[in-house]
Amino acid sequence: MTAAGAMAANTAGSVLRLPGSGVDDVRAQVLSNERVNDTYNLLVVAAPGPASRAVAGQFFHLQCPTTDRDAPYLRRPMSTYRAEPQSGVVEFLYKVNGAGTRGLASLEAGDYLSMLGPLGVGFALEPDWRHIVVLGRGVGLATLAPLAEMAAARNIGVTAVISARDQDQVLSVPRFADIGAHVEIVLDSDGSSSVDNVERLLRRCHAEGHADAFFTCGSNRLMLLMQRLGDELGIAGQVAMEQQMACGLGMCHCCVRDFRVAGETVSRRVCWDGPVFALAEATSW
Amino acid sequence: MVDMGVQIGGLALANPVMPASGTFAEGLADVVDFNRLGAMVTKTITAELRSGNRVPRVAEISNGLLNSIGIPSKGLDYFLSETLPFYRQFESPLVVSISAPTADAFAELAGRLQLPGIAAIEANISCPNIEEDGHAFAMSASSTSQVMRKLRAASSLPLWAKLTPNTGDVVAVARAAEDAGADALVVANTILAMSIDTETRRPTLGNIMGGLSGPAVKPIIVRMTYQCARAVTIPVIGCGGIADANDAVEFMLAGASAVQVGTATFVQPHAMTQVIDGLAAYCARKGVDRVADLTGAVSDAGLRLGDSEILP
Ligand SMILES: Cc1cc2nc3c(=O)[nH]c(=O)nc-3n(C[C@H](O)[C@H](O)[C@H](O)COP(=O)(O)OP(=O)(O)OC[C@H]3O[C@@H](n4cnc5c(N)ncnc54)[C@H](O)[C@@H]3O)c2cc1C
Ligand SMILES: Cc1cc2nc3c(=O)[nH]c(=O)nc-3n(C[C@H](O)[C@H](O)[C@H](O)COP(=O)(O)O)c2cc1C
Ligand code: FES
Repeated sequence: MTAAGAMAANTAGSVLRLPGSGVDDVRAQVLSNERVNDTYNLLVVAAPGPASRAVAGQFFHLQCPTTDRDAPYLRRPMSTYRAEPQSGVVEFLYKVNGAGTRGLASLEAGDYLSMLGPLGVGFALEPDWRHIVVLGRGVGLATLAPLAEMAAARNIGVTAVISARDQDQVLSVPRFADIGAHVEIVLDSDGSSSVDNVERLLRRCHAEGHADAFFTCGSNRLMLLMQRLGDELGIAGQVAMEQQMACGLGMCHCCVRDFRVAGETVSRRVCWDGPVFALAEATSW
Repeated sequence: MVDMGVQIGGLALANPVMPASGTFAEGLADVVDFNRLGAMVTKTITAELRSGNRVPRVAEISNGLLNSIGIPSKGLDYFLSETLPFYRQFESPLVVSISAPTADAFAELAGRLQLPGIAAIEANISCPNIEEDGHAFAMSASSTSQVMRKLRAASSLPLWAKLTPNTGDVVAVARAAEDAGADALVVANTILAMSIDTETRRPTLGNIMGGLSGPAVKPIIVRMTYQCARAVTIPVIGCGGIADANDAVEFMLAGASAVQVGTATFVQPHAMTQVIDGLAAYCARKGVDRVADLTGAVSDAGLRLGDSEILP
């Protein structure tokens, strides 16, 4: 089955997995773990097994180390920021929030990390799309950067709209620029990240014929905007969602969110039915 | 070679390790070989559709987990058409966990599950958070007796009663289940609990209260396993905080004939197979030929439960 087929099955509500896609709990060795700016860290690991075959939008469930201060009990979900099957390198871009991510930040080169994955349903690109728009904010960009690379590898053009508090918080621009994406940066500090302005940008992409599909992650406000425009302009879309997780494998039903499907509200598991969902079916979080 | 087989009231298991209901599903088959498990136990199903509780549905506490998942259920038809065929691919016996709002509904559901591919019924008469205030059949001996009698009459499959720790007298409930015809007891479900975020002052669970599981509950459930195993003649399956083989040995010494691994699988997806391998290694190291010989083998001779000081 193709990835697009998997996505179609996903939006239909029952998930079919890629046969032999391979999921395992592996011990990865930390290559580096460094600050990117005052908010975000980049963790680079060498991962054996199927880990480096993760596709954009899939995630890993990381066993975060215990520190002097914290003993995180459950694993923490993190998007694949980069996965290179040739080298076995996998990267995560993360923000330090609480016990789990503080533990991650304590990892040093040479340390080991248990990571379960790749998990979930990733992004899917339709063969007839020529140009897509990705719109992200904060760590949402960690999820969207590999999507842009996947699109470029298939000769699909990318416009990346990157939203951030101020210039210092802008993430991943080189990742998008390297694949020749057209990058638009919008900031809270100068007001350019307002919904009105982002709407103007998205409408312009559409008018220029550069919006065969919309993709978003990391902001409820921006998701609702893209959903409204996608609906109005007839543009398909996908959104990567977050929800608190325990098992990461569809077993515990703690990670549910509501979706609107044919006028009815249905509950789906972010870890198993997603984390990538049809934009049209998402509801506000 | 250690003989790992155990006998649970008419059902022979290749080894004493199985998942706890609600912590196991199809997704784990991507990571773990289900044919290695002593048995497979489904998430509790109900006859009707249920949506489960509001989020947040879990909260982490030190060495454990609070959950108020509830029992989201796609109903019996979905179970029969989708879930059951999936598990039929595997050789390990399938135990179906069921719940219902009344004793009659429990019996009716059990009656509809006498099907090829189903080896036993686990009656979840204990789920603490499904109805308001966490009331459950297994809180009292009389309602346990009532529901288990009806279940016994409705099904000839091996019938396991899953008890709740949220009762004042677990021994009386255990005896009531045995007298009503249960083939085994599962001890136990989660402990009703609560936590509050001191920054936001909000309960950490959307449902306010939930069930506590994981390593934090283990000593309490080991105690209940010990008490129940001494009080009944049917096998007891220990369940609560088991994360490694040593925990499983502890439960078996306390009187369990088999064990269920729950929350640990969320942290270590391979926990169950590690427990199986570790149990065999423990037996080999201790010169125990049959894992079943561990059951009740705690060395408590000469020790006495102080009559007046058991309970605080
Ligand atoms: C599919 C998916 C992909 C993600 N990808 C990334 C990423 O690439 N980079 C990144 O920085 N963050 C990402 N997150 C969010 C990340 O999982 C949380 O920031 C992290 O779990 C916080 O844990 P903590 O212990 O540091 O924080 P705490 O706030 O102490 O966590 C307490 C509890 O809440 C949960 N939690 C808190 N925030 C979130 C959240 N936003 N989403 C889900 N659970 C949360 C934790 O898992 C934990 O159970 C992702 C979340 C999901 C579901
Ligand atoms: C997320 C979650 C869901 C559960 N769902 C069920 C359920 O549907 N039926 C049931 O009988 N027990 C359920 N339980 C309880 C477990 O089966 C088990 O009794 C309990 O968690 C103690 O074992 P543990 O400490 O190994 O997890 C659930 C537990 C958890 C953590
Ligand atoms: S995290 Fe357990 S079902 Fe999604």
